[in-house]
Amino acid sequence: MTLMHKFTTAAAVTALSAGAALAEPGLIIDLGGKFDKSFNESAYTGAQRWVEETGGSYMETELASEAQREQTMRRMAERGANPVVVLGFANASTLETVAPDYPETNFVIVDMVVDQPNVQSVVFSEHQGSYLVGLMAAMASETGTVSFVGGMDVPLIRKFACGYAQGAKSVADDIEVISNMTGTTPAAWNDPVKGAELTRSQISQGSDVVFAAAGGTGVGVLQAAADEGILAIGVDSNQNYLFPGTMLTSMVKRVDNAVYDAFQSAEAGDLETGVQVKGLEDEGVAVAMDEYNADLVTEEMQAAVDEARAKIISGELEVHDYTSDDSCPALTF
Amino acid sequence: MDKLPRWADIALIPAINLALALIVSGIVVTFIGQDPFEALAIMVNGAVGSTYGWGYTLYYATNFVFTGLAVAIAFHARLFNIGGEGQAQLGSLGVALVSLMIPWPHWTLALPAAIVGGAVFGAAWAAIPAYLQATRGSHIVITTIMFNFIASALLVYLLVETLKVPGSMAPETARFPEGARLPSARDVLAVIGVPFSRTPLNVSFLVALFACWALWLLLWRTRLGFEIRAFGRSEPAARYAGISPLRITMIAMLISGALAGLMAINAVMGEQERLIQDNVLGAGFVGIAVALMGRSHPVGVLIAAILFGALYQGGAELEFETAVPREMVVVIQALVILFTGALDGMVRRPLEGMFLRFRRKPKPGVAAE
Repeated sequence: MTLMHKFTTAAAVTALSAGAALAEPGLIIDLGGKFDKSFNESAYTGAQRWVEETGGSYMETELASEAQREQTMRRMAERGANPVVVLGFANASTLETVAPDYPETNFVIVDMVVDQPNVQSVVFSEHQGSYLVGLMAAMASETGTVSFVGGMDVPLIRKFACGYAQGAKSVADDIEVISNMTGTTPAAWNDPVKGAELTRSQISQGSDVVFAAAGGTGVGVLQAAADEGILAIGVDSNQNYLFPGTMLTSMVKRVDNAVYDAFQSAEAGDLETGVQVKGLEDEGVAVAMDEYNADLVTEEMQAAVDEARAKIISGELEVHDYTSDDSCPALTF
Repeated sequence: MDKLPRWADIALIPAINLALALIVSGIVVTFIGQDPFEALAIMVNGAVGSTYGWGYTLYYATNFVFTGLAVAIAFHARLFNIGGEGQAQLGSLGVALVSLMIPWPHWTLALPAAIVGGAVFGAAWAAIPAYLQATRGSHIVITTIMFNFIASALLVYLLVETLKVPGSMAPETARFPEGARLPSARDVLAVIGVPFSRTPLNVSFLVALFACWALWLLLWRTRLGFEIRAFGRSEPAARYAGISPLRITMIAMLISGALAGLMAINAVMGEQERLIQDNVLGAGFVGIAVALMGRSHPVGVLIAAILFGALYQGGAELEFETAVPREMVVVIQALVILFTGALDGMVRRPLEGMFLRFRRKPKPGVAAE
């Protein structure tokens, strides 16, 4: 009986704290792990920056498996998190059904558009950023062959590859672009061993610059590149610091800003639902330049990137988006 | 076998094992700097403290009843079917195909069809290892576990290549049409005016209860059940009595695979409403622990399944509420499996000795059991 009493007290305490925690923002870290040094970690960094700047607190949980998406999302919403930020396209079909059940809660999904009145969809113009790093890769390459390692073979990752190939071909028409995907399931986001193998195979085909857009798998790609002494390009987070000397640059995708903005605007009460496209113009995607890759980036490279960036923003140069028609003029998959 | 009274075998030993597992888990939780009593309170409260908790606990339990019964019937024929995971994945494929191919007008029609679909696919996946065991002597432990990998690869292939919605990025099928969605406990209880949280608990829980009863009936009240149990106790004796090993191996494994496949009506049809990649969530393996803990008796399986359901749900709550990392929750679940499954003999033997000593005392008028 006393034990029972203890439990009921505990229940009351939890209920109270849940009430007090009302309207904290929530973040669901996706498969691949919080510290994937890439996509998820970028989101985590954004949340941490918000905590540091505002002193607020947020709820965070990490997804354990594909089948628990719905429970995790509902649990977050039911605990009063607002907005609930979910990461990655794989959440789309779950969010379609969950969001209408919680009309008072706002949701933010990164990388995919979910058409619901209480959902903010943040998508990035990855093809534009990839174009710029493709340009740099082609300028840095001595063999005339550059390569790409993707994570899961989905249109989103092909969008990266396609932008990259267009950027490379804009330097020299005869440049060869090798593209490989790690797999066809979400496991491909977290397979650094296979990432390294693919990179070695690409090196044996002559590649001397490799671009990884593969979440946690990318760490293996960058490692293999460092081991073999070729240049590598990171993705999502600024990964230049990982292997100074072989990291040409990183195609930064500001998932952290998306999370930060969502948290910030929720606090101010002005979260806008609907689709938000983040591109070069608002630094949603960018090329990372810092002290770790300063030695590798030549002045011509920097000038070319700046020029291309300005042209893309002004609309003078249009980079083809793979997802717009599921085809790529510069690369065949 | 009769060293222990029945109640001790079914209830006391699992209870002691569970208590030991919780004590060790408590020590581990203390080591990572958390309060073990608080952790336990959160787990218990999260699992059975609200209709939300109960809904998820029983939802997970439904999965484990099916996979637990699947392992249990194979145990009775002394077959160690550890391929529940793969059979359930194939079952999910069967359920998904049935639900997607035909435009069902109402779930009452879709459910029986899905039951057949899941059972047939699950049984078919178990049939090959069963046949190899019965005719070639290929050990069923090896073949069933290898079939798990094949099932998983097959499912991935189908999801990526053929079943995926064109234009979608995630490897999953389309949502099942309205007519193939099972009513949840919330919908059912709302009819009689009982409020219930939104949980995935659905009518397949009743199917699971029915399966428990039907399996009990089969094993202890039919000739086939007697043959299965006789075969499990002693193959030479069964053979001598005219029981065909091939027939019993095949039938036991087909029922086993069908039961594992039925899990999909709960997980795929009842909750996910579409076919996704790792829809089984390890329930096939948990089923082994459930059958061990439930001593392969349908009632024991049901109780053990609810316990494991509570552990799953309570563990998820623990991860939400505290700084206890997800891996820690897995450790606690693993400890329970370790103590109830693998270290069963550790408690059993001393306890048997204890009971024997008590019984040695001559008691007039008490017949030997």
